[in-house]
Amino acid sequence: MAAKTLTIDGKQITAEEGETILQAATEAGIKIPTLCHLEGVYDIGACRLCLVEVTGTPKLLPACTLKVAEGMEVSTDTERLRKYRRMTLELLFAERNHVCAVCVANGHCELQTLAYSQGMEHVRYEYTFPKWNVDNTHRLFGMDHNRCILCTRCVRVCWHIEGAGTKNVSGRGGKSKIITDLNQEWGDSESCTECGKCVMSCPTGALFQKGSTVGESERDRNKLEFIVNAREKKQWNA
Amino acid sequence: MERIKIATVWLGGCAGCHMSFLDLDEFLVDIADKIQVVYSPIADVKEYPEGVDVCLIEGAVCNEDNLELIHKIRARTKVLVSFGDCAVTANVPAMRNQFGLGNTESVLQRAYIENAQYNPVIPKADGIVPKLLDRVLPVHETVQVEYYMPGCPPPAERIKALLGQVLAGQTPKLEGTQLKFG
Repeated sequence: MAAKTLTIDGKQITAEEGETILQAATEAGIKIPTLCHLEGVYDIGACRLCLVEVTGTPKLLPACTLKVAEGMEVSTDTERLRKYRRMTLELLFAERNHVCAVCVANGHCELQTLAYSQGMEHVRYEYTFPKWNVDNTHRLFGMDHNRCILCTRCVRVCWHIEGAGTKNVSGRGGKSKIITDLNQEWGDSESCTECGKCVMSCPTGALFQKGSTVGESERDRNKLEFIVNAREKKQWNA
Repeated sequence: MERIKIATVWLGGCAGCHMSFLDLDEFLVDIADKIQVVYSPIADVKEYPEGVDVCLIEGAVCNEDNLELIHKIRARTKVLVSFGDCAVTANVPAMRNQFGLGNTESVLQRAYIENAQYNPVIPKADGIVPKLLDRVLPVHETVQVEYYMPGCPPPAERIKALLGQVLAGQTPKLEGTQLKFG
């Protein structure tokens, strides 16, 4: 395979033909922020977080789908890119109801992590506060559309890793929605193999294991019973 | 040196941010001779004074009282800091916005009638119980805000960092995990 020579952020690098800018940059130790990208699944350039500047091209291009070319000059961290990345993140937060404080993914969320690492200290756009539901019909997993950023990682792993094709996208624009089969309740799905790959792939709290939400947290009263028993009956039964 | 006049205010929030403020522990003693707390839910001051240097605002703007107070604060304060997620994003109090405009009736119905064990009645007293706004707003959607301190609540270290910068005469700037929501 032919090698291509190019520069990323002024650094001369060599990459194999067919590689993406994201792959080439990662190999060269240059970190580009990503959100819809998931190692092992093909890329679609949906989230626009990995946009880069290419000399001679007025458009910003997603590094995850842009192929390396001979002599290419790429910038990954300019004032203009930082401005757009922050704008993109703010729009994601404004589009749905991302209430970090009560989210199952708080502290383990890629959207939340990106927001602070990109210096998003508040959202300048008016929040839309849309009305979305939570599908809790599956016996193992739940889907909270309030937290979905439509990265389609779940759809891609479901179709192309598991091969089940349970998860799909319906609608257009901001009204797009991740659906199960032909837009039915997850619990009624006959194609879902319950593999859980969608849950593992989700960057936010949109897909979750049941039992992990705030409302579901159950108290373990066994210790109390042990103490009461010990105090009243003088029995120390572990 | 004249002490910096600091106010803290509690709008629609759970007081958690103020608990975190008290969590500053001995730092409060360290800065006691550099600041003067001129208005706060933990100080007995009835009227928001004129000429305040910095005001930390906890909570979202939920009702008519909040809205009136925030405009008064803006007019009488040099620097406003949105203090915690409710002030910055409207957070949990704004979850009622998802029910659309005109949600106030159904929200009150749910809280005071449907979930009431005793004496179900929606509190109404003009001039005493403030009316809910149609939409809960983050502070910066009502008045200009200079700085933002996310967190639910912001940990004491974060408050200390920002106050430290203010007292040192620097432009406050929080970075990285200091900006984490939730």
